[in-house]
Amino acid sequence: MNTFKYAFTGLKRDWYSGELRLIGISILIAVACLSSVSFFTDRVRRATEQQATELLAADLVLISSAKIKNEFIDSANRIGLIISLNESFRSVVVKDDQLELAEVKAVDSNYPIRGHLRTSDDLFSEEQINATVPAAGTAWVDSRLLQALQVTLGESINVGAAELIVDKILTYEPDRGGDLFNIAPRLLMNRADLDKTKLILPGSRIKYRLLLGGKSESIDLYRDQLKLDKNENVRVQGIKDARPEIKTALERAEQFLGLAALVSIALAGLAIAMSAQRFAVRHYDNCAIMRCLGLQQREISQIYFYQLMILGLICSLFGCAIGFFAQEGLNQMMIGMTQQSLPKPSWRPVFSGIFTGLITVLAFALPQLMRLRKISPLRVLRKDLTPLPLNNYVIYIVAIIALVLLSPWQSGDISLTIYTVLGLFLTAIVLAVSAKLIIKLLKQLQPKLKMTARYGLANVSRRSNQSVMQIMGIGIGVTVMLLLTLVRTDLLAGWQNRLPDDAPNYFLINIQPDQVEGIQNSLSISLNNDITLYPMIRGRLTKINDSNVSPDDYEDPRANRLAAREFNLSYADTMQDDNRIVAGEWWSKSENIENYFSVEEGIAETLGIKVGDNLSYSIAGQEIKGKVLNLRWVEWDSLNANFFVVSNTDALMSYPSTFISSLFIPDSKRSVLIDLIKQYPSITVFDIDAILKQVRAIMNQVVRTVEFVFIFTILTGIAVLFAALQSTHDERTHEAALMSALGASRKQIISGLIAEFMLLGIITGILSAIAASIIELALAEYVFKMDVVINPLLWLIAPLVCCLIIVATGLIGTRKVLASSPMLVLRKT
Amino acid sequence: MDSNSNNIVQAKALGKQVPSPEGTLTILDDINLSIKQGESLAVIGVSGSGKSTLLGLLAGLDIPTSGKVVLNGTILNDLDEDGRAQIRNQSVGFVFQSFHLLPGLTALENTALPLELAGSVQAEELAKQKLADVGLSERIHHYPNQLSGGEQQRVAIARAFASNPKILFADEPTGNLDQKTGQRIIDLLFNMNKDNGTTLVMVTHDDALASLCDRKIIMAGGRLTTD
Ligand SMILES: Nc1ncnc2c1ncn2[C@@H]1O[C@H](COP(=O)(O)OP(=O)(O)OP(=O)(O)O)[C@@H](O)[C@H]1O
Ligand SMILES: [Mg+2]
Repeated sequence: MNTFKYAFTGLKRDWYSGELRLIGISILIAVACLSSVSFFTDRVRRATEQQATELLAADLVLISSAKIKNEFIDSANRIGLIISLNESFRSVVVKDDQLELAEVKAVDSNYPIRGHLRTSDDLFSEEQINATVPAAGTAWVDSRLLQALQVTLGESINVGAAELIVDKILTYEPDRGGDLFNIAPRLLMNRADLDKTKLILPGSRIKYRLLLGGKSESIDLYRDQLKLDKNENVRVQGIKDARPEIKTALERAEQFLGLAALVSIALAGLAIAMSAQRFAVRHYDNCAIMRCLGLQQREISQIYFYQLMILGLICSLFGCAIGFFAQEGLNQMMIGMTQQSLPKPSWRPVFSGIFTGLITVLAFALPQLMRLRKISPLRVLRKDLTPLPLNNYVIYIVAIIALVLLSPWQSGDISLTIYTVLGLFLTAIVLAVSAKLIIKLLKQLQPKLKMTARYGLANVSRRSNQSVMQIMGIGIGVTVMLLLTLVRTDLLAGWQNRLPDDAPNYFLINIQPDQVEGIQNSLSISLNNDITLYPMIRGRLTKINDSNVSPDDYEDPRANRLAAREFNLSYADTMQDDNRIVAGEWWSKSENIENYFSVEEGIAETLGIKVGDNLSYSIAGQEIKGKVLNLRWVEWDSLNANFFVVSNTDALMSYPSTFISSLFIPDSKRSVLIDLIKQYPSITVFDIDAILKQVRAIMNQVVRTVEFVFIFTILTGIAVLFAALQSTHDERTHEAALMSALGASRKQIISGLIAEFMLLGIITGILSAIAASIIELALAEYVFKMDVVINPLLWLIAPLVCCLIIVATGLIGTRKVLASSPMLVLRKT
Repeated sequence: MDSNSNNIVQAKALGKQVPSPEGTLTILDDINLSIKQGESLAVIGVSGSGKSTLLGLLAGLDIPTSGKVVLNGTILNDLDEDGRAQIRNQSVGFVFQSFHLLPGLTALENTALPLELAGSVQAEELAKQKLADVGLSERIHHYPNQLSGGEQQRVAIARAFASNPKILFADEPTGNLDQKTGQRIIDLLFNMNKDNGTTLVMVTHDDALASLCDRKIIMAGGRLTTD
């Protein structure tokens, strides 16, 4: 027999039976959710890469301590890349009798290849985007240099032997990046004036950069052709290192979205499994008769396999189409974030969408349908011969494997996925067990109840197994919905609160110890706010546990760089609010006989530092030794001043230090800064408003995106509700007919149903509230690392919302039941 | 008029048609029938002749496409579904071939159900009484799946008589039972009928059973054929 043809006609016939439709719709929603998320993250990822190129001011950068060799430039020319050369070096800049060490950068007219320079005509005033570089004979300086030299625009300054007119205040250069506090103030000049400075001498420390721009294929080609000699000391920078704050924000966004998609798939899977089970039960007779008529087991398997594949394929395609349009909507939202449209979507999400659709339907529906092959043909004589029910473990294991298989794309983070999947199953099991217990307990109450309530309870408890399934299905749906609402409100709010409207937008650095008190006093008067100043001591890590630290020990380029340079240490006896201990313990003030260090977990991992290790630092020529007492997680995106390594106060207090602080100054109070600089000319002010705005914009977009994806998750939750109702539909129809025959009015039947749904709703609501709270706490603690407080309203809202959803969906799902004629009792046995 | 007032059920020119792929299908055609208070009537006929359909129409479970049914003085055609439900609740009892007990309720709760639907305050006592009448005092807290077929049918009979109906409709009440149990059920049904002064309309395939009734009508092809 042509099983494919039979499968196809059977599919058309069964489409109207409801279960297939629900399976189809579940696939559709899951795939739509997944593909819109992956279409979207795919585009965002590429947009991020674009942004990253801006942070390099180019697509690729060659950095060398010697003049860039001509062959590098020639081969770039051959490939047709845009080329820009610049030199940077430290030099003293002179204005009258004022001297200041500045970081000078001499650029050509192609600079920057990616991104823009921004300047302003006044200190802390409105900035403009510039398409040009300083003209020959002029220089642009940043506000620090301007303040330090006490120069005004239009006056001239000396860089080496060259005299340059200060033309503009440089507020932003795309590739400045790096460690804001380690570089001297900036002077940007034209390369044409370089010779005039007479500073380019043999032996002077100059960094030569070759900036390259072009299509990604050309860049890749160039990179491949690049033959670097090991001792040549040329460093190549690609587009991998984006600015850390923005990278974290985007990674979080992808995690949120991935989780939502994964949960959507799990819920869709549940709806599919429930529908498939009912579909199978309804096909028992069919299969028994076909087996009687001589169909082989293999053919039965084939028929249902084909049916699922056809259904999965068609619905996945439609799902992808919906996903595509949905992410176009997301893109519109994103335009606000990147100030430009995202790159065009790629085709990859279509394949992953279809793959996901097929895997989901096969994993969740096939095990149910494969039972049909085991139907005994004897069933035509003996109705009670049903195939053995599926071993539950088989169902769970297949489902878990499917979800784990599908997950890497979603959250991009295996551990997060495993937690989510395990969490879901644990929740399911806990929900089921507690539901069963509660129903058993309630059953004792039945004789004491009034008619409708009793009828409702009787239904819930008699269909105990289905009720448990319903509570579990709906419970997971609602738990996730609650969780997403909580995640949205609590977690996201927690996250956004880190960047409240008064997040720091200025940094003060170079504060001398004897200025601390004065600055604190004057700021607390003018800003009405107490400002914390943090000590900062420069030191270089020399030893970890008696073994010398040398950059060559590390393969990882980041570790290599970190090992090579000095970085900022601080001391404190209490931990900053935006830090959190991940290993070990903080010290108490009294026990400071030894020196202790607290190390940021990221850097500890990169450099291989563990709690209990002894570190040696070289500070101002002296060696200081101490023990690592703890590792800290640092919330870098809070934009507060933070330090990789902090010691106890006694350890470092005697070493030479400067102080830094971050503070919020509203636009209306910018004059405070000018006064401060007049009073303390040696301190330096950094404006980080621009970074701040970008990080905040991304966060807002993420919140909106998550809300958007959240709609899909709710839809799959409702599909689960319908699947659960559908599984008891025939029974309900029959009972309603019988009740009607016995003289129940429509109203009585409806109130019976409402009583049942309300009871289910309350049980589900309470259980979901418990589950959601536990999961939220766990997520907050282990994944997002923030403090949340469970909202007490949850306990009121959850049962209420569950009741509403279940009663409304229940009544919609059973409206056909109410229309059933009492004549049914004379027809059906 | 006088003879009419004696009739608990009357069917006048009753017809039922249903749409089918081949056009409208006539299941019942021009049925005229009067059933007196206290009478017992057997409806017999081959399978598919329309017996269940007629029973449904007489009991107000369904509405005819032509003609009318008068039950206990009320024209059923004029009532909506809820109105007919109320009539069924107050004046009609049912016993079905496949028992049709609600599986989630105990024997007692099943029996009390029609009384509770009517809002009776003594539902429980009355139901206990009826269950005692059918000999199931010991089993009142058992669920249907804990009872044998014969016991389930006895619960169904107790339920049918619980609200003291004027008329009892039974559709092949012994169809799912073995002969001996069936016989006991029939005895019980007739005794209860006599004790309560109820009218009995019973569909059956069993000629012996039919001959126990005061009167029998024979259906064929949706029409009445008086013998
Ligand atoms: N809703 C309907 N649509 C189509 N045909 C129907 C419908 N209801 C009943 N019939 C048809 O009407 C005829 C009479 O049915 P009914 O159930 O009244 O017969 P019956 O005499 O009770 O048979 P049995 O002894 O087998 O129970 C049958 O041919 C049946 O197929
Ligand atoms: Mg019949």
